[in-house]
Amino acid sequence: MAAAHASPAAPALVLDRIGKTFTMHLQGGARLPVVRDVSFSVAPGECVVLGGPSGAGKSSVLKMIYGNYRCDQGAILVRDGSELVDAAAAEPRRIIRLRRQRVGYVSQFLRVIPRVSALAVVAQAAVAFGLPEGLAGARARDLLARLNLPERLWSLPPATFSGGEQQRVNIARGFVATHDILLLDEPTASLDAKNRAAVVDLIHERKRAGSAIVGIFHDDDVRERVADRIVDITRFAAAA
Amino acid sequence: MSAARELPAAEMPELPLLSVDGLSKFYGARLGCIDVGFDLYPGEVLAIVGESGSGKSTLLSLLSGRLAPSAGRIRYRMRDGELRNVLGLTEAERRLLMRTDWGFVHQDPAQGLRMAVSAGANVGERLMAVGQRHYGDIRATATDWLGRVEIDSDRIDDAPRAFSGGMRQRLQIARNLVTHPRLVFMDEPTGGLDVSVQARLLDLLRGLVDDLGLSVVIVTHDLAVARLISHRLMVMRQGRVIEAGLTDQVLDDPREPYTQLLVSSVLQV
Repeated sequence: MAAAHASPAAPALVLDRIGKTFTMHLQGGARLPVVRDVSFSVAPGECVVLGGPSGAGKSSVLKMIYGNYRCDQGAILVRDGSELVDAAAAEPRRIIRLRRQRVGYVSQFLRVIPRVSALAVVAQAAVAFGLPEGLAGARARDLLARLNLPERLWSLPPATFSGGEQQRVNIARGFVATHDILLLDEPTASLDAKNRAAVVDLIHERKRAGSAIVGIFHDDDVRERVADRIVDITRFAAAA
Repeated sequence: MSAARELPAAEMPELPLLSVDGLSKFYGARLGCIDVGFDLYPGEVLAIVGESGSGKSTLLSLLSGRLAPSAGRIRYRMRDGELRNVLGLTEAERRLLMRTDWGFVHQDPAQGLRMAVSAGANVGERLMAVGQRHYGDIRATATDWLGRVEIDSDRIDDAPRAFSGGMRQRLQIARNLVTHPRLVFMDEPTGGLDVSVQARLLDLLRGLVDDLGLSVVIVTHDLAVARLISHRLMVMRQGRVIEAGLTDQVLDDPREPYTQLLVSSVLQV
């Protein structure tokens, strides 16, 4: 029975020899190997930063964990309460449930939903996580304020915002719920120093609260302030 | 840390609402669709995409009982929990199901509405079909539903003939949802609308589907619509499902040559 319960030190996320190759049928079936045998694990409260030059496959690894990309080999074990779920093999609705309850993701760009205000975009993510609407709205306002998004923009749909403003809505959306696992794909890329510092604070808070974080960060200073460990993805380069 | 936020079991029931296998339709020697199978769970939105002639509309007609299949099985979980063979229902049972527990949103609202009677009557008619008789209650419910689909209550006595395309489509949605169906079929619901009107309708649909926990099977040729509204995607070509899975996975990492072609053919703005 004891084995069924997660001990505090048990990893929140384990990647076990995952691999990915794209087959481009429109280019005559060209095969584009991305990564092979990627293995690492992330403990609660730990921030693992993926290293390596662009094109090494860092974003692809995050997308495989989140389920946007299929995984050709290996397993992605996500702790879901007392259960370990292999996200690489799970049914779509199981992945949707993991995303709702366990795994948050800040993508490089906000996928804009027409007509929905910035505040509602953020609050909806908290409601999907299971927070009551009042609390979701309060948390959304708090995050947008901490990320210095001018209050006059909160009631507007983000479609017309600048890149940096959209990205801050996107970050607020990722942090408004308190998922056990948080995936960050260059969240600070288009931000100024003040907002980068705000994101670093948010990451530190989430680590203290016990979230396991996997991130990609362009800026050396952000990386050094948040990383507990750097996993160099070039180690897992797939042979062409 | 997690006990308080476990979803109640009812939010993710493990039993499918609709279970389909081996569904096929031949028009003489011509193929409508062949060997389609899937399970749809409560609260799930399944998009069926493909180009004209791919069989997606045939499939929707089969699923919704508007067309008889050549082979295959469709089972539906009734409100009493029993999984029943839809094709084996009596005509009366099937009609009751379609009037109460199922909805069907047509691309052309004129097919799903009665164009010459008032908006209020269009919504109220479905209520009367399930046995409501009190005029005041029916009118109050109709007014409430017009509000939910963003139609001003002072239009309740106007016939949909006098409405714009977007308003007609929203009225058709209200007419379908007023009986609280659990499963709604949609055939290109945003198809004939201007882009700005489409966005409003999609946003409205997303909200209603979430709030009501509806299961939806939606046919669309528009991948952006599928991405915005569906959890799962089936790609059809020449009557067959050639690829299926989590919507963003199929769109971000398409595996089949035809799906790669479809995804790469979408214009970026």
